[in-house]
Amino acid sequence: MEGIQVQDRAIITPGEVIATGMDYIPSMGTYRDKERIIANKLGMVHIEGRAIKVIPLSGRYMPKVGDMIIGQVIDISMSGWRIELNCAYSAMISLKDATSDFIERGADLTQYYNLGDYMIAEIVNVTSQKLVDLSTRGPGMRKLQGGRIITVNPNKVPRVIGKQGSMVGLIKDATGCRITVGQNGIIHIQGTPKQEMLAAETIHKVEQESHFSGLTDKIKAYLEQRVKEMQLDPTPLIIDEPPRERPMQQRRGPPRFSRGRR
Amino acid sequence: MEAKAGVIKNADGSAMFKMGDTIAYAAVYGPRDLYPKFMQNPKKGILRCNYNMMPFSGSGERVRPGQNRRAKEISMVTEKALLPVLELEDFPNAVVDVYVELPQTDAGSRCAGICAAAIALADAGLVMKDMIAAVSVGNLDGNIVVDLDKDEEDFEGPVADIPVAIIPSTGQITLLQMDGEITPEKLVKALELAQETCMRINEVQRKALKDKYAGE
Amino acid sequence: MIIPEAREHLLRALREGLRFDGRAAHAYRPIEITRNITKNAEGSARVKIGDTEVIAGVKFEVGTPFPDKPTEGSIMVNTELIPFSSPEFESGPPGIESIELARVVDRGIRESKAIDFKKLCIKEGEQAWIALIDIVPLNASGNLFDAFALAALVALRETKFPALVDGKIDYHQSSGKPLGVEKKPIAVTVHKIGDILLIDPTREEEHLCEARLTVTSMENDVLCALQKGGDGPLTVDEITAMVTLAIEKARELRKLI
Repeated sequence: MEGIQVQDRAIITPGEVIATGMDYIPSMGTYRDKERIIANKLGMVHIEGRAIKVIPLSGRYMPKVGDMIIGQVIDISMSGWRIELNCAYSAMISLKDATSDFIERGADLTQYYNLGDYMIAEIVNVTSQKLVDLSTRGPGMRKLQGGRIITVNPNKVPRVIGKQGSMVGLIKDATGCRITVGQNGIIHIQGTPKQEMLAAETIHKVEQESHFSGLTDKIKAYLEQRVKEMQLDPTPLIIDEPPRERPMQQRRGPPRFSRGRR
Repeated sequence: MEAKAGVIKNADGSAMFKMGDTIAYAAVYGPRDLYPKFMQNPKKGILRCNYNMMPFSGSGERVRPGQNRRAKEISMVTEKALLPVLELEDFPNAVVDVYVELPQTDAGSRCAGICAAAIALADAGLVMKDMIAAVSVGNLDGNIVVDLDKDEEDFEGPVADIPVAIIPSTGQITLLQMDGEITPEKLVKALELAQETCMRINEVQRKALKDKYAGE
Repeated sequence: MIIPEAREHLLRALREGLRFDGRAAHAYRPIEITRNITKNAEGSARVKIGDTEVIAGVKFEVGTPFPDKPTEGSIMVNTELIPFSSPEFESGPPGIESIELARVVDRGIRESKAIDFKKLCIKEGEQAWIALIDIVPLNASGNLFDAFALAALVALRETKFPALVDGKIDYHQSSGKPLGVEKKPIAVTVHKIGDILLIDPTREEEHLCEARLTVTSMENDVLCALQKGGDGPLTVDEITAMVTLAIEKARELRKLI
């Protein structure tokens, strides 16, 4: 029997046949065994033209180059900082990748990132043995101070962010919280205790119901109801920011005298 | 037979599998950092299984806690039963820990444990070529039977207890043990019965995973 | 690792009457009790407090009474913090966290005289029952003290003696006779963070607290066991406040049994 055996968006388990015939291309979460395309992960079937994918619903984070992640400093050595990513592999930020400032040999590294600090960083390299290199040079990357850290299933991060940031934007607007989402499932929330509580609650709700359709509307209604119940003031907190890394590319024209910070 | 997925919140994947009066829970943690470091392999990860009966689970005396030799052996055959479908190269230097705990046993506990473990591994999002299903078949007084309970295992006449684990899509066998008496011909019949039964068990396993996400 | 910031952050929320999960500082998470959860034990129970889920099972053995107590049997409480239930636990023999839990639960049952040890006597000076209570977490998400103690108590109240045939236990037959636990000692652990007292902390909250006091009290509000834990000191006033709170909470929990 040729053709696709299961419906698009069906939940599929490892070892189940999704399609038969050489017309189809096995993509993420599937493999080919003779003429059959078989799922090798628990997930949701996604058929895009001739490509057959299984979108995983679970699984720990696997570091990928280009991902923006939130990590925590667990060790400081002469050559840099060791960062915990909530996955099987830890990562390193070497001195040259931390900041465009020149760091002298023997300088006190804790003034940049201290033990226990969280930061948002970019994965710049992953070796075959899964050794990970991070960089915090670049737009948007910084130490995350204050606020609360919550953990979600990394497979649900795209849902939490939404198309072009629509879902997380919805939550930010309704609660007034500042929310930073790492691809590794670590999320930083900053606001008043009430605002943070609602933001965390809503993010977990998106996580639980991520595979349902019409979620954005549902969450919108949920937020409206909860803001009313809690009598929540969604005015964003004024937050004192540490000086940010200014990326070289964003400067226009000749360099000017820099006043104030730095 | 009853199965449920995602029953232990702290775990990355988990399941409960009940066969008759034997209840097995499995919790999977990983891939995660592997200690002790000397066990790390830069080419591939390891699967570590731990089988344990809760002290009050047996139908006789209390089972003293701690890994006895029987538990160690079952842990090892559980690991070997699950390995053939896993892709260890996906997680070099790391470990996937599978813990099987039984609050109630009535024979067939290692098979129930393997069935639960397979669901839990899939629930944890691991890459698997297929799942694994397991059942005890046997020779009871000349008859080939499936899923012996404790009274049958203790039968005074000729009896053989044969735990078998199978890859459903190919029928290949990843666990085979036997104690008792059986002729080679009866053994083949018993294995065929095991393969057939495991297909049915596998349906229950898959349903448990799908039910976790039901309601769409 | 504990970052001082995280502690301050929780305190800020608590001062506004909010915990991270929205509960009041003195509220328990939803509690669910299931009796006789496993067939082969002589008595068993499962207790869920929020996401924390534990099972207690009672098995009997017969042994010789202690020479100084010829008319009494005994009990033994054992706990195992299995790595199955949390990424924080390691394989191996019981560590000090596990041992403390077992001993605190034991003290609560023993000192409240919830079990009349004389009822465990079979033949004076020769044979007596030993009740072995094992408690295991399925999912450890904070407040194991209260969950373990509650599970042990409910399991004991469901426990029936097995049949004794020619001086040997026949586990396949129940004698139908209940162990007979008349009292209801309840353990409530109060945690302190800054100047705030918390009931039923999650694991995250437990890490941020500086001291705890487990108070086991009986129906007449008399205390039968106390255990202070944590690195921080407590003043007498703080202890009094914690004890008062614990007794109030114990009355609530007792209604569930």
